Amino acid sequence: MSDEEKVKEKDSGLSRRKFLKVSGIGLSVPLVMGHRVIKVAGQEVKLFGPGKTPITLAINGRKMSASVEPRVTLLDALRNDLDITGAKRVCDRGTCGACTVIMDGKPVYACSVLAIEAQGKAITTVEGLGEPGKLHPVQQAFVDNDAQQCGFCTPGFVVACKAFLDKHPNPTLEQVEKGLGGNLCRCGTYVGVRQAVLQAAKAQRGGRRNG
Amino acid sequence: MAEYKWPDADKRTLIGKRISRLDGPQKVSGKAKYTFDLNRPGMLFGKVLRCPHAHAKVVSIDTGDAERMPGVKAVRVIAAAGTELRWQGAEVAAVAAVDEPTALDAMRAIKVKYEKLPHLVVDNDVQAAGTNARPTAATTTGDPDKAFKEAEVVSEGVYGMPVITHCCLESHGSVMEWEGEKNLLVHISTQAITNIAPNLAGPLETTATSIHVHQDHIGGGFGSKFGPDAWDVAGGRLSKAAGGKPVKIMLERDAELMVAGTRPSSYGRIKVGAKKDGQLVAWQSETWGSGGVGGGGSPPVPYIFNIPNQRKQHTAISNNVGASRAWRAPNHPQACLLTMSALEDLAAKLNMDPVDLFMKNIALTGARADVYSEELKIAGELIGWKKNWHPRGDKTAGAMKRGLGVSIHTWGGGGHASDCDLTIQPDGSVELKMGTQDLGTGTRTTITIVAADTLGLPLSGVTHLIGDNRYPASGGSGGSTTIGGVSASTRRAALDALDQLFAKVAPALNAQPADLEAVGGAVRVKSDPSRSMTWAQACSKLGTTPLTVRGKNPGPGTLTSQGVGGVQMADVSVDVETGVVRINKIVAVQDCGLIIDLKTAESQVYGALIMGVCYALYEEKIIDAKTGRTLNPNMEFYKLAGIGDIGELVVHMMTGKGYDERGVIGLGEPPVVSPGAVISNAVANAIGVRVPMIPLTPDRVLDALEKKGGNNASI
Repeated sequence: MSDEEKVKEKDSGLSRRKFLKVSGIGLSVPLVMGHRVIKVAGQEVKLFGPGKTPITLAINGRKMSASVEPRVTLLDALRNDLDITGAKRVCDRGTCGACTVIMDGKPVYACSVLAIEAQGKAITTVEGLGEPGKLHPVQQAFVDNDAQQCGFCTPGFVVACKAFLDKHPNPTLEQVEKGLGGNLCRCGTYVGVRQAVLQAAKAQRGGRRNG
Repeated sequence: MAEYKWPDADKRTLIGKRISRLDGPQKVSGKAKYTFDLNRPGMLFGKVLRCPHAHAKVVSIDTGDAERMPGVKAVRVIAAAGTELRWQGAEVAAVAAVDEPTALDAMRAIKVKYEKLPHLVVDNDVQAAGTNARPTAATTTGDPDKAFKEAEVVSEGVYGMPVITHCCLESHGSVMEWEGEKNLLVHISTQAITNIAPNLAGPLETTATSIHVHQDHIGGGFGSKFGPDAWDVAGGRLSKAAGGKPVKIMLERDAELMVAGTRPSSYGRIKVGAKKDGQLVAWQSETWGSGGVGGGGSPPVPYIFNIPNQRKQHTAISNNVGASRAWRAPNHPQACLLTMSALEDLAAKLNMDPVDLFMKNIALTGARADVYSEELKIAGELIGWKKNWHPRGDKTAGAMKRGLGVSIHTWGGGGHASDCDLTIQPDGSVELKMGTQDLGTGTRTTITIVAADTLGLPLSGVTHLIGDNRYPASGGSGGSTTIGGVSASTRRAALDALDQLFAKVAPALNAQPADLEAVGGAVRVKSDPSRSMTWAQACSKLGTTPLTVRGKNPGPGTLTSQGVGGVQMADVSVDVETGVVRINKIVAVQDCGLIIDLKTAESQVYGALIMGVCYALYEEKIIDAKTGRTLNPNMEFYKLAGIGDIGELVVHMMTGKGYDERGVIGLGEPPVVSPGAVISNAVANAIGVRVPMIPLTPDRVLDALEKKGGNNASI
């Protein structure tokens, strides 16, 4: 057992074995407690759980609070605790991209980020991009090019496209196909998505020139 | 009395145009709420414990620990001790708790002892299936023995496709909540709003009239979401046990891929005989496959080409795998692959261009021979068939081999039963109400187009309400039956409403009702358009009573019919060193009668082609024969095509004279039928040998190349 683990156990008052047990089944009581700070190799480290812990997330420019267990993903916190349901849960293991959100400027799979780890980061979900009547150019391009059928992959795709265009404002088709390879669609809307990205790129370039 | 027909081409203001789907802005902004998105007040999260074995008996089940966990509100045993479970993922017990982690913990705390029973998960080996193989008697037409004897060329091959899943991105599930003892509110991800209450009433011990079903959006169905499922019933029971609190159960991805429906596999040993000039004279097929415990359907072979002199025999294998469900165009992709592969192999043996072989035998396709002929010509031009096709085996140097393939398909697609209420208010606002659902096919958009076009209004002049069983009943969305049904009932409702409105308006315009028309937001006299009033003025003649008219399908006039033909051609490149297949281009030429919205119609075909690329190159439900376990119940190993895997897709819709007159015909199924066959044929043309099985994975391609004659390879 390493020194670090020893420090953890001492401060948490739990053996490693017990810790695993309670976090799994025994004590998942809806009991809310803040994090504790422990020293690990001379550094102060936050220790969360095993019960619910209060979190604050910065979503679409707003601070929002919830109480979640440390094992809860950003995706589930958004959907189940904050009722922000644009990001979808599909594969739930970082494959399909339906849960894509932008975190500190980068697209991430919200199913693969813990909610507690997303604190202090600027999170943008599809709801933060635009709404009917005031759609973001990427969203408008998805509508115009029918880059959606059932629409379940669409929010993730829209967010991924937005992040992609931020990085590649003038993309080639090859870059589009590579850059959006992390999002899967079952209805088969990729033809519309390809056209939508190119239209949105053009619109955004035009917008910048004009404004 | 209205004349029930579609407007002439020059009178259509919206029908047949390229119109963006009306719910697009909701979907792109995350505002569209799916069942999976609902957070009802006080909602509990439900989880279902599933059997880990392919075949087992429950010896004992202990839910005590789960029930005692804080936060757990209800636990229900689904498979009591003694119950035999016949596939991995079968439902054993369900729990409901205050949050999702607690529900998961409770599910895991249930102790079940299983007695493992012998299982069969293999679906491609009739011998190994033993008594689970159920052969049907052979059927014979004509004299196949004599015909094969007289045939100048005979081609034989084995072909097949494995079980795949629907893999809906929104998994199956529902939110069930009781309002008192008798009334149940159901939010459910379904293709058939009107089917849910009648099927839930019995198991949940209430009446269908006490069950209110609602759904705004559905995240994919593809044939797998017609009924309420065991987990929905469990959710209803958990909710009742928890005092009526809403219980949400949405399947986890692994369950979605194990129990929520499959497409049956299909394998066939096919023999085709022809004259030297390509005239087809004989067909013989032994086919087999499985769709889980039920066995699965028999593919309609030979597909489309009604070859004289046939002998056919099919064996259904019942195995320990989650049951099949309708998968977009049931049995057709299978029949198409088996037939079109066999015909392409025959063409290669005849040293004949397969398009010439198809044309030589086009009369055998029956009623739509002319449609196929025209489509083959158009598809050939769009893909450059004459320029790019070569006899089997690309002889150019290098590892990349290019080839072309062709396939044809058919489907019915007549409109289902549909009722529609159209209300015109005295202020001129118009509302459609229909118990249908929009699968992403554009149902909302098309009914609005039909009503607005008929009433001479802009799209914004008509609102719609769908997705609720309190609206007039409309059929389930399956088998490409929706568009014909809902467009016809809407058209009839709008025409009848106009008739009644004209009767009120005619005196004010000094005209007979039959002399009036509704055009461009006005009601006017046909022969003298200057005698006119605005739509709002006309509707004010209703007084204070709104006008509601029920439109029905079936009904008078021919607004929908059935039977379409489609042709697809594919251009692929195959790396013979790695076995990787790349799509260069696929062309789809498709007939579907009168098109309501060209934009969403084309999307159906693009989508079908992409789904086709998925099953032709990537998709397969892999189950370990020894353990009976599904090895890829997740999306990293159950593979779908990505945006970079589809090549260039070209869609050409057959519209206008000769097509529009047939009325509206469904489009969801037909274009998904051919891709497996057309891509397999293109690969055979590229590399010179048949890869007998799809998906055309690198290992299968390399294996066929190594055997240098894959068309006789065993499965």
